[in-house]
Amino acid sequence: MVADIAFWGLGLVAVISGAAVFYVDSMARATYALALSFVAVGLQVLFLQQNYVGVVTILMMVMEMAIMAVYMVMFMGMNPALTPMSMVHSNRTAVATAVLTFLVLAAGILLVDWPTRRGSPPPEVTVSLGEALMGPKMLVMAVISPVMVATIVAGVVLAAHRTRYDRFGDDLKQRTPEDPQRGGVGR
Amino acid sequence: MGELALVQSPGVPDSPVVTVAPGWALGAVAILGALVLVAGMLDGALSARSGGGPGVGASGAARPFGEAARLMRQRRRTTVQADTLLWRVGGAGLVVTAALMVAVIPLGRWTIFDLGVGVMWFNAMDVLVWALVWLTGWGANSVHSLVGGYRFLAHGLGYELPLMFALVAPAIAAESLNVGTVAAVQDGLWFAVWMPVAFLVYLLGVAAFSVWGPFAPALGSDIAGGVRAELSGVDGLVFETGRYALLAAGAAFSVPMFLGGGAGPLLPDWAWVVVKMLAVLSLLVWLRRRLPAFRPDTFMEVGWMVLLPAVLVQDLLVAVIAVWRA
Repeated sequence: MVADIAFWGLGLVAVISGAAVFYVDSMARATYALALSFVAVGLQVLFLQQNYVGVVTILMMVMEMAIMAVYMVMFMGMNPALTPMSMVHSNRTAVATAVLTFLVLAAGILLVDWPTRRGSPPPEVTVSLGEALMGPKMLVMAVISPVMVATIVAGVVLAAHRTRYDRFGDDLKQRTPEDPQRGGVGR
Repeated sequence: MGELALVQSPGVPDSPVVTVAPGWALGAVAILGALVLVAGMLDGALSARSGGGPGVGASGAARPFGEAARLMRQRRRTTVQADTLLWRVGGAGLVVTAALMVAVIPLGRWTIFDLGVGVMWFNAMDVLVWALVWLTGWGANSVHSLVGGYRFLAHGLGYELPLMFALVAPAIAAESLNVGTVAAVQDGLWFAVWMPVAFLVYLLGVAAFSVWGPFAPALGSDIAGGVRAELSGVDGLVFETGRYALLAAGAAFSVPMFLGGGAGPLLPDWAWVVVKMLAVLSLLVWLRRRLPAFRPDTFMEVGWMVLLPAVLVQDLLVAVIAVWRA
């Protein structure tokens, strides 16, 4: 009973703080409203006995929002977004899209013939979830990971305007790189 | 919501620790408070000794009491267009975070919250500090405190990954993320002994998430006190208490993770935990004046070029030994 109330209460917190992201007038508040929403979802996942998934959700999302707040303040709206500002734009399109999406999803929920549960949850829910998601596709996952990292590195290399020739000289023979931001290990 | 009840708690099968009644959480907070007081008194005594001669107001071991009395009588400062909600959440959140960390730390055989993924829980709580310190810096609507908040995040990018991988090493060796199990498997040989790099990086991480010692530039006097520049009165007291509480919680967590938990001769296991906690906490307080500050703009490279590879090699060694022993 208490667990049910807490679960639904957290759901309410998640939805309301998710909506607050668009209602508040400050980048910091919007970012941390989203963080609160994710923390509430993470705690809900704990109630589903997916302890690892729940705690990791909280960890990753708080860290991500802490960094995102920095970028939001840097790049969004009137620069820098230290002053109050609206969190919404293209109102008409957005409202139409939101209503339409809601109707489609709600219709889907009502129309789909949901299956009834067969069997009961296994004792180690997280292990079975991991095996269901990854089990037969482990090779694919193992291949995708380095490809993704390579994509990120390639993207940064293409985006950076300084090349190795700027850093190490035309014949790449300079021992210490010439960087606008010096590092902390004597370079 | 009948499904919730159907999923039986997997708990921790044959857990080495006993979960006590929730009311004992007050006891855990009391122990945390006592550790905060000890750390404050020790820091006061050390700063009086290094300063030489009596300082202004209460100094020496009495400093935490004098500071608390002074701050509680101070009038609260207000700033123009402060984001008061976020400001207060940030300032008061540190001490709450420290209390949530302590919930998963066993005192000998007893624990309040025997979570199967206790190590991850601690890690998630220390990441909360990122948000809280930045929010304290942001909320005041003041340049200096905001600069302090950004300094802390710059340090965070450098220290957090090494800290995470330092926590991975004991978990691999114990083949468990449960804090009680990690403490129990160190019979005879403490993890601090055969994974010293992870232990040192962990201690550095504790100093970092407590904005302590070498990681204090976020509160630097060169930016008028940084994050706490506009904090006054009881807000300042709560923020400072939060820092000491984080330091104490970090020191306490190192006991089950690296120092064998309650293992030791003669004394009961809870007493050994307290003794080890006090030893690590005293070391951290003492180191405050012994290490130079890490510059926020260059620490990232130290973290990623030195600490991260070192701790990854440590993890690899631990993993190889764990596989070889199994």
